[in-house]
Amino acid sequence: MTAQQIIFLVVAAVTLIAGISVVTSRNLIHSALWLILTLAGVAVFYVLLNAGFFAVIQVVVYIGAIAILFIFAVMLTRRVMQDTGPQSNSYWWLGALIALLLFAGIALIFTNWQGFKALPPVMLDQSGKLVQLGLSLVSPDKYLLPFELASVLLVAGMIGAIYVAGEKKQ
Amino acid sequence: MIPLSWYLTFAAILFCIGLYGVLVRKNAIAILMSIELMLNSVIINLISFWRYRAPEGISGQAFAIVVFAVAAAEVSVGLALIISIYRRRKSVVAEDMNLMKW
Repeated sequence: MTAQQIIFLVVAAVTLIAGISVVTSRNLIHSALWLILTLAGVAVFYVLLNAGFFAVIQVVVYIGAIAILFIFAVMLTRRVMQDTGPQSNSYWWLGALIALLLFAGIALIFTNWQGFKALPPVMLDQSGKLVQLGLSLVSPDKYLLPFELASVLLVAGMIGAIYVAGEKKQ
Repeated sequence: MIPLSWYLTFAAILFCIGLYGVLVRKNAIAILMSIELMLNSVIINLISFWRYRAPEGISGQAFAIVVFAVAAAEVSVGLALIISIYRRRKSVVAEDMNLMKW
């Protein structure tokens, strides 16, 4: 067992426990804090996958922006949903069953697939990847259109959020 | 060396946890949090497939960036909707949002 594998197993265990706590914890603030731990664990996986840029994006966008947005939303809507009483509906067993069935289906597909146990191929040009990514996002014959669409989507999301959540003057 | 199967299994478990949360939680904000878990597992899948199947290209990472942008837009609009509903109906429970229920 190499050091990478040990790191993977420890981080995976912590991340999965944190993920389960996100969906089961009664206090929503605690849920949001567990969500931050889950996102941090996922960032470690990006580092293990030689995609350090995504670890940085994960910390900046997910932990820095989205998780804080969640905490603000929880605090803005706090009084109605007190932390007492059940936080899940009466069909929780059905939800668990569907989730387990989905996992069984995914596992079935994976075990029948040849490349499932593949080891990572050697990465030759590791430091040039970020340059390559940046260039491919602005070159018209690669991913310029998806990139621009994503930015238009972000602007639309921002305008929509301001319009929907803003206080209307009667 | 970590085999691809570990990442895929981890992402599948995380996705199923998120699915359970979406189906079961009452609070709409908790449902959005579970959707974030599912989106994260999708991004792990994209990047691990990029790393193990096509590391010479860059398409996996470009797709992952688009998923990041979609997640950010989704969560901002979703939370704005929840806050707007909370203002009008004083509730964030998903079952109470039944104005358009048939």
